[in-house]
Amino acid sequence: MKSIQNYEVLSNEYLALDIYKMVLKGDSSWITNPGQFVNITIENAYLKRPISICDWDENSITIIYKVVGFGTKQLSQKKVGDVIECLVGLGNGYDIENINEPVLVVGGGVGVPPIYGLAKSLVKKGVDVTAILAFNGQENAFYLKEFEDLGVKLHVCTMDGSLGTKGFASDVMKNENLCDMLYMVCGNVPMMQSVFKASNHNGLLSFEERMGCGFGACMGCSCKTLTGYKRICKEGPVMKSEEILWTKD
Amino acid sequence: MDERLKVKLGNWELDNPIIPASGTYGFGYEFCEFYDINILGSIATKGTTLEPRFGNPTPRIAECTSGMINSVGLQNPGLDEVINVEFKKLAEVFHKKVVANVSGFSIEEYVECAKRMDACDIVGIIEVNISCPNVKHGGMSFGTDPKAAYEVTKAVKDVVKNKPVYIKLSPNVTDIVAIAKACEEAGADGISMINTLLGSRFDLKTGKPIIANVMGGFSGPAILPVALRMVYQVYKAVNIPIIGIGGISKAEDVIEMMYAGATAVQIGAENCRNPYVCKEIIERLPQLMDELKINTLQEIIGRAHV
Repeated sequence: MKSIQNYEVLSNEYLALDIYKMVLKGDSSWITNPGQFVNITIENAYLKRPISICDWDENSITIIYKVVGFGTKQLSQKKVGDVIECLVGLGNGYDIENINEPVLVVGGGVGVPPIYGLAKSLVKKGVDVTAILAFNGQENAFYLKEFEDLGVKLHVCTMDGSLGTKGFASDVMKNENLCDMLYMVCGNVPMMQSVFKASNHNGLLSFEERMGCGFGACMGCSCKTLTGYKRICKEGPVMKSEEILWTKD
Repeated sequence: MDERLKVKLGNWELDNPIIPASGTYGFGYEFCEFYDINILGSIATKGTTLEPRFGNPTPRIAECTSGMINSVGLQNPGLDEVINVEFKKLAEVFHKKVVANVSGFSIEEYVECAKRMDACDIVGIIEVNISCPNVKHGGMSFGTDPKAAYEVTKAVKDVVKNKPVYIKLSPNVTDIVAIAKACEEAGADGISMINTLLGSRFDLKTGKPIIANVMGGFSGPAILPVALRMVYQVYKAVNIPIIGIGGISKAEDVIEMMYAGATAVQIGAENCRNPYVCKEIIERLPQLMDELKINTLQEIIGRAHV
């Protein structure tokens, strides 16, 4: 259910270059799937900032965000005890209800946070999870320990080779024989496209777009799919590989 | 319901003057999750064209100081789907009449859309959008020349037999009064004004436009003074009702817009920023009226001109 809620900042810590983790005390009962998002009110900014949920428990939600401009800069300066306003209940998230087969989860950069919540939910269901985390370099990497603690099979790669394997997530898929698994990915479009192409299986992909409202009213974030026009904020952000317009070659 | 909020838009008595603006409210039902939309005066539905449209490439949204730019480009499922599916879904949750916004790329298309809307029970007013800044060959080009505005209005009025026809005007003109007068002369029953102002933003790091289409329509609180000025000018020049639109974000803005000459108002961008804004305004108005010693909203229309 969508609503506007106030959250109290429990912590706001630096994780990696321009990457921060914020734990917020407040309602999490609206979360039905990993990969959903909140739209955060920013003082002196007209529009809210859509940020995906990384983790949650009964009384808190965790977001991990990258400072990319005016809004996220302000978020990074929030102190413990500050209150922030969020529009919650947004997006479809990853529908894992009927998933029992082994899953390959792939997170790239700031696409890693929702993949953490996804991996955690899958593990909780008893699903066998393999994870690939892809970063530009070691200075950008975060949450490796948290993924290890989930007990998933973990592969890390970086563009510059400063951490893990040198190369793309899709290179890891090929080298480790992970191309025949059901995959669930979040990252930038070139990264997700390379995963889509490398895989012989279908999968779920989470997209990002500049949004107006975040709840399906303004049509600001529409995209074309094989099954019609979709709003990233409402029918998405998670799309099925069968419905997206990419080709394998 | 507060009787003091009632306004008469032509022969149509609205419970209050608050109408979400076309393009910021979909076909209403997205907002049912936030509040009972039946508290609204009416709803201006998503701009409808004869054929389905995807609209413009993304990014379509850019944030601005006190506002936003959109270049959605009239994404809509087309006239048939709007009438047969969207209006039916809306009628299940909204029990009042709507302001049906129509757009076109030729006079014939405007005429066809308006004619079909004229036969819909749910439609209270047909709002002819001659001011969309986000489509080429059509849209705004009909709204920037008095002669073209006259022709569209006349052609629509010739076929619409039941519903009042309001023309939605663009602020991207040298003389909006001349356009409004041309519409009135052609038989328009009212004016909706203003649509968005053309704007652009550029990415500081890349130097490239943020909006894929480079330009889009700028709306939000920043444009309120422009809208107030134009409504004031047009109210002076025409004798048909005006729906005031542009930058309204709070009850105070509604009162100001009505002083300038609006009979009703539309709330646009603010719905995207705060989905509860229309509800908050409707709830705040009686209190604000008490503070300002206003008995009824109807009596303050055009007060700035007295």
